[in-house]
Amino acid sequence: MIEIRDLSFAYPSGEFRLSIPKLDLTKGERVAVVGPSGTGKTTLLNLIAGITVPQAGSITVADTAVTTLGDAARRVFRAREIGFVFQDFALLDYLTARENILYPFRIAAGAPLDANGRGQAERLAASCGLEGKLHRRPGNLSQGEQQRVALCRALVRQPKLILADEATGNLDPENKTAILDLMFSRTEEAGATLLAVTHDHDLLPRFDRVIDFAAFREGVAP
Amino acid sequence: MNAFYLALAYLRFHWLRSVILVLVAALILAVPLISQTLLDGARSTLTDRAEATPLVLGNRGSELDLVMNTLYFSDDSGEAITMAATEEIWDAALGIPIPINTAFETNDARIVGTSLDYFDFRDLEIAEGRNLAILGEALIGSEVSQRLGIGPGDTIVSAPQNLFDLDGVYPLELNIVGVFAPTGTADDEAVFVDIATTWVIAGIGHGHDGVFATDADTEEIVASAAIVEFNRITEENIDSFHFHGDPDTYPVTGLIIVPDDDRAGTILRGRYLDAANPLQIDVPSDVVGRLVERIFRIKSLLDAVTVIVGLAAAAAIGLAIFLSYRLRAREMQTAFKIGARRSMVLRLLLSETAILLVFAGLISTAIVIAVQSQGATIIAWLLAA
Repeated sequence: MIEIRDLSFAYPSGEFRLSIPKLDLTKGERVAVVGPSGTGKTTLLNLIAGITVPQAGSITVADTAVTTLGDAARRVFRAREIGFVFQDFALLDYLTARENILYPFRIAAGAPLDANGRGQAERLAASCGLEGKLHRRPGNLSQGEQQRVALCRALVRQPKLILADEATGNLDPENKTAILDLMFSRTEEAGATLLAVTHDHDLLPRFDRVIDFAAFREGVAP
Repeated sequence: MNAFYLALAYLRFHWLRSVILVLVAALILAVPLISQTLLDGARSTLTDRAEATPLVLGNRGSELDLVMNTLYFSDDSGEAITMAATEEIWDAALGIPIPINTAFETNDARIVGTSLDYFDFRDLEIAEGRNLAILGEALIGSEVSQRLGIGPGDTIVSAPQNLFDLDGVYPLELNIVGVFAPTGTADDEAVFVDIATTWVIAGIGHGHDGVFATDADTEEIVASAAIVEFNRITEENIDSFHFHGDPDTYPVTGLIIVPDDDRAGTILRGRYLDAANPLQIDVPSDVVGRLVERIFRIKSLLDAVTVIVGLAAAAAIGLAIFLSYRLRAREMQTAFKIGARRSMVLRLLLSETAILLVFAGLISTAIVIAVQSQGATIIAWLLAA
């Protein structure tokens, strides 16, 4: 699903440098990424999504060589193949939960909003326990509910890869477990791969694999 | 369409900010149009009426006050002249004098005492009712009729000159006998009466009972202690109305003079050129021409101020939109990560701006239409004030 080879990335102004000689994720795999702050975990997600471009090396996601794509093509790729879940949920306060879930259809390239999209949004929302709450705005939802909406938004276009950046970082223990359960079950149902950055070591046993990011700082494959 | 949908949702959610931006933008658009509309209207109203009025005569002093009072019935009536001036014009046999007395008002409308010649001179048409026939009757302008909801058969009371002067001029109840058709001029805002009726209001003429002559030879008049002055002129009491003093001394605030021809007008003007003469004749079109020139000099300054204020307000709106986008940086970042097209942010910005401007345009259009529809009234009010 993901193939990374001889990846090298550095920010122009900083001393930070990320080197990944080799990293593979198989389809449907659920992988956790751990490591100290500032080791490049979020940078890895951005590189895989084509948000930032490495200086060297290659990244292939779902048979698409991301590093060879131009800016516009990377946006289309991102919209089609990747779902993002953020630590702060990144919901839009002026849209209802339903409109937030449908947001990718409205702003991203490649798939206009149609009845199928709306149906998918309703099904996801129901499976995440959001029935009766889709008309509410984020300000009227609990944090757990907001993250469920964010998860639905990430999954609504049925991407092949879910990138979760500290998705449970802002949640209480009960909601952490619930969201992780949902993330696992929904990604499994969709046949998607999950790559999740987390600091929560209690959750690590539930993942198929854990990548300790400290190793990449030395350019050693874990 | 999606950009439009999202922009509309954002503006609706932040409705207070949106309303303020729309109103500010609407005012920026409307103010120059309104000032242009009113100034153009005022210019044509002033000019048309002035050009239709050959000469005015009044006490020596401000020519502008004289013209504004005699043509537009403004408050600046100045010191009254007497009917002797009318006789002088008649005696000269060079034109027709039309007396104007604007000393009194009622319900925020000027009472204009004049002769029937005035109605012919201004081509005033009676839309409802009939012309003045006897003392104490009034013909009202269309705006007065509409504003006060009155017409033929109703009455209207002249305003007291001084509420605390018990010995002063008492209000007279005027019988409305007709309403003039709208003209879009100061005539719509006036209450017309015969010139003699204004003298009754002034207390120069009056009617009362309880008076009887004791000696027909000496014409001595004796009034009983129960004397009652009539404050309304009716068929029953009209015969008791009479005037005191020399008619030549009765007051008028000005005269409109319609000379027989240009030569007669020039001769008449020449007779009042002498600075020692307490009376003066002015040519309204000249006076108004100078006024309009001054107004438009001020207008160019006003235009410059409007442009500067407009630019400042537009910059403020731009800044508000820009800051709003800075505040929405996280949203834009999320959109970018989700795979938003590069043009999407631009389209969102344009959609929001377009929606704000469309609403501002609609509101400013409504304001301008409202001002235009009431333009004649507003201009007449501005000119009469």
